[in-house]
Amino acid sequence: MANDVLLRGKDITRRWGGLVAVNKVSIELERNCVHAVIGTNGAGKSTLINLLSGEIPLSDGSVELLGKDVTGWTQPKRARAGLGRSYQRNTIFPSFSVFENCRLAAQAKHQKGWAWWERADRCSVSTDSARDAAHRAGLDKLMDRTAGMISHGQKRQLEIAMCLATDPKVLLLDEPLAGMGAEETERMLAMLDELRPDHAILLVEHDMDAVFRVANQITVMVNGTVIARGDPDFIRNSPEVRVAYLGEGH
Amino acid sequence: MDKSKGIFVALVFMALALYPFVGGGGYGIDIVTKIMIYAILALSLELLVGTTGLVCFGQAAFFGIGAYAAVLFSGEQGAASILWLLPASMLAAAVYALAVGALSLRTRGVYFIMVTLAFAQMAYFVVHDTPLGGGTDGIYLYFRPTLGEKLKFDEPLVMYLFSLGTLVFVFGFLTVLLNSRFGRALAGIRVNEQRMRGTGFTTYPYKLAAFVISGGLAGLGGALFAIKDGFVNPELMSWHLSGAALMMIILGGLGHLRGALIGAFAFLLLQEFFKAEAIFGEFAKHWHLGMGIVIIAAVAVLPRGLVGLPEVLRKRLAGSGGGESRIGGLKSAQGGAK
Amino acid sequence: MDLTTFLIQCLNAFQYGLLLFLVASGLTLIFGIMGVINLAHGSFYMIGAYLAYALAPVVASAIGGGFFATLLVGVVLSVVFGYLLEWAFYSYLYERDHLQQVLMTYGLILVFEELRSLLVGDNVYSVEIPQVLAGSIPLSEVMTYPTYRLFVSAICLVLVGAMFWVFARTRLGMMIRAGASNREMVQSLGIDISFLYRVVFAAGFALAAFAGMVAAPVSTVYPGMGGEVLIICFVVVVIGGIGSIQGALVAALLIGFVDTFGKVLVPGAAGVMVYLAMALILLWKPDGLFKAG
Repeated sequence: MANDVLLRGKDITRRWGGLVAVNKVSIELERNCVHAVIGTNGAGKSTLINLLSGEIPLSDGSVELLGKDVTGWTQPKRARAGLGRSYQRNTIFPSFSVFENCRLAAQAKHQKGWAWWERADRCSVSTDSARDAAHRAGLDKLMDRTAGMISHGQKRQLEIAMCLATDPKVLLLDEPLAGMGAEETERMLAMLDELRPDHAILLVEHDMDAVFRVANQITVMVNGTVIARGDPDFIRNSPEVRVAYLGEGH
Repeated sequence: MDKSKGIFVALVFMALALYPFVGGGGYGIDIVTKIMIYAILALSLELLVGTTGLVCFGQAAFFGIGAYAAVLFSGEQGAASILWLLPASMLAAAVYALAVGALSLRTRGVYFIMVTLAFAQMAYFVVHDTPLGGGTDGIYLYFRPTLGEKLKFDEPLVMYLFSLGTLVFVFGFLTVLLNSRFGRALAGIRVNEQRMRGTGFTTYPYKLAAFVISGGLAGLGGALFAIKDGFVNPELMSWHLSGAALMMIILGGLGHLRGALIGAFAFLLLQEFFKAEAIFGEFAKHWHLGMGIVIIAAVAVLPRGLVGLPEVLRKRLAGSGGGESRIGGLKSAQGGAK
Repeated sequence: MDLTTFLIQCLNAFQYGLLLFLVASGLTLIFGIMGVINLAHGSFYMIGAYLAYALAPVVASAIGGGFFATLLVGVVLSVVFGYLLEWAFYSYLYERDHLQQVLMTYGLILVFEELRSLLVGDNVYSVEIPQVLAGSIPLSEVMTYPTYRLFVSAICLVLVGAMFWVFARTRLGMMIRAGASNREMVQSLGIDISFLYRVVFAAGFALAAFAGMVAAPVSTVYPGMGGEVLIICFVVVVIGGIGSIQGALVAALLIGFVDTFGKVLVPGAAGVMVYLAMALILLWKPDGLFKAG
């Protein structure tokens, strides 16, 4: 399968007043590739996701999605064009059922005509994608549970399922493994493997073992800039990375 | 809405339909008509506050514009047909809501509350200070509208049943709307607008549509009010009424359509109760005091509003846990099924 | 408009703006620090005005009277009352939803208004201007300006100066500023937060009541005066930016001028002007002029 670039960020920069949170970061996300971004807290990883997804505007640089320049696009428009993201903290809708969380996300893809007289749960377009996404995330058995009541690991799975329900081409995942037990981590990593062939995935994660197992490429960020990039072996053996990050940190 | 709640609402509407025929006197019919019209106002506000999470402090402006439109459109020549008068009044309120919503939805939170108040105050002063609205004295409706040859809205019973019908229609309409994809999107916006945007929803048109629908429904209530009273004055647009509508839905319980219904009845019946000279004699003119104390007590013991009352009672009878923790526990479960 | 009239209107606008600031500063701090939307803040102003009216004869018979003695007694009473009110009602509201706060403080408005009606009645009363300040100061050959109004502006200015001094120079002021911009931070600093809350609330109450007391001789005291002030003060708080004292001062003066000159220049639409100004400012700056933090 050709490894074409689905998302390309060029010289991405974000300044807050005098502070530079992300400084001239360029990144390419290819299909069939998990690209991990690692770095200490405050290195600008989450900000990078926010910038790529359009949640906050760029101070400088450009973003290209599926070959189109989307720098000036709003976040919802980028999302509809195939850019899905998950959040570091759970952002599921706790009072809705698991199914309804997925269905609502799927609805974003098909917004034309509000058909206010039709019950949402009878709208086949969104219910089909929702079931499919929940199935891929391994949530079949929990469909009718209230989302706020399921376990933490299941909530992280639901977070991914809501992402998948919008049928994205590019996935930006912000610490999907945070707070997960060993078994749940395994399940999530298997899911990432399954998603890899059809998607370009950016993974921000603190669990180094998981990152080195699943990533095809790793970018290391320190203080808003990229200090190293390469395949897992290269990063593991890079003296700069050891000094700046892996060495003292662990 | 699950079954028991649906049955509850159906019973309420049936009781209201029977009321005039089983002992509702002239005074009672008048009061209940008024309450049902305010319930429409409360339902319209519930769509914004309880469903979408937009706290509008200017709902009375839409109500008032609907009322003034009904009087001004009726003219002085003869009775208008209610079939075009009500839609026209609703349209007037909805158009105003479109303008106000388009601008005020740029702001958020407390700022949104205040901008909606500011626009309502502007509308208030426009009718208050200009000849268009007859100034502080207000204007009279020359002819009450009719429906066909037979139904004349001068008759209290006709007015009562028509108001009830409209209330049922609005309640049904909102129930359907909230269960639709549009309604679910509004609910999502209330819980986490940022997440909705991340998922691909451009939220502004949804909020604006909710604002316009809400304004139109409030205008419908206002038009009915004008027809019932045969008179409008600027007080219909005052912030006191906007505030009272908010109190109704908070008291009833946010996030539930039946909360708006219960809240409107509770609020206005309490008012009637404390105003009753038969009970309080001389003291009845200080009815605000009783209202105030009841409201403060309601906040203390019913954080979820009156719709949460059965649950509080059930837990109290079961005798589990201390008061404060129980209330806290209920709060976290807030915003459940509609 | 000739120059003297213009000057007079400016003085009026300035005085009105300063009075608004005294009420609005408490409102903005209570919201900024405690996160409470206090609808009853207008009632505090009303209570002050009625205190000025009702206390005068009592103070007169007890210690020989005088406007300033009444003022002093009124301020002491309102600090105590504010402190108790926070303890009895508001301290339960901090963790609650904003709309619950709105509901409870609305209930308090009703209670305060009716207690006022029960205790003092529903008539409009005037409060006498103290003898020393009863005269007028000539501005031109025909125009004069009442001394009392100048006094009001002066005493408000003194208070404004004192407030800014407290904010800038004292430990309490530091805590208040920190609280207004970041509530969590203050809690993590180990400051006795409930004491801070109580002090801020009592001070906010006293400032609003004081504004009511000094305004009473000019405005007379009447039912419903609290509601009017409340809405205008919310306008001030929102224009200034919630939690910002500087913002409240700028916004209060701005509203003072817009309102005063609106009444002179466009009498037909005077009521609209203030709200029009607010809507325009918020459409330009959706978070107010000076956002705290």
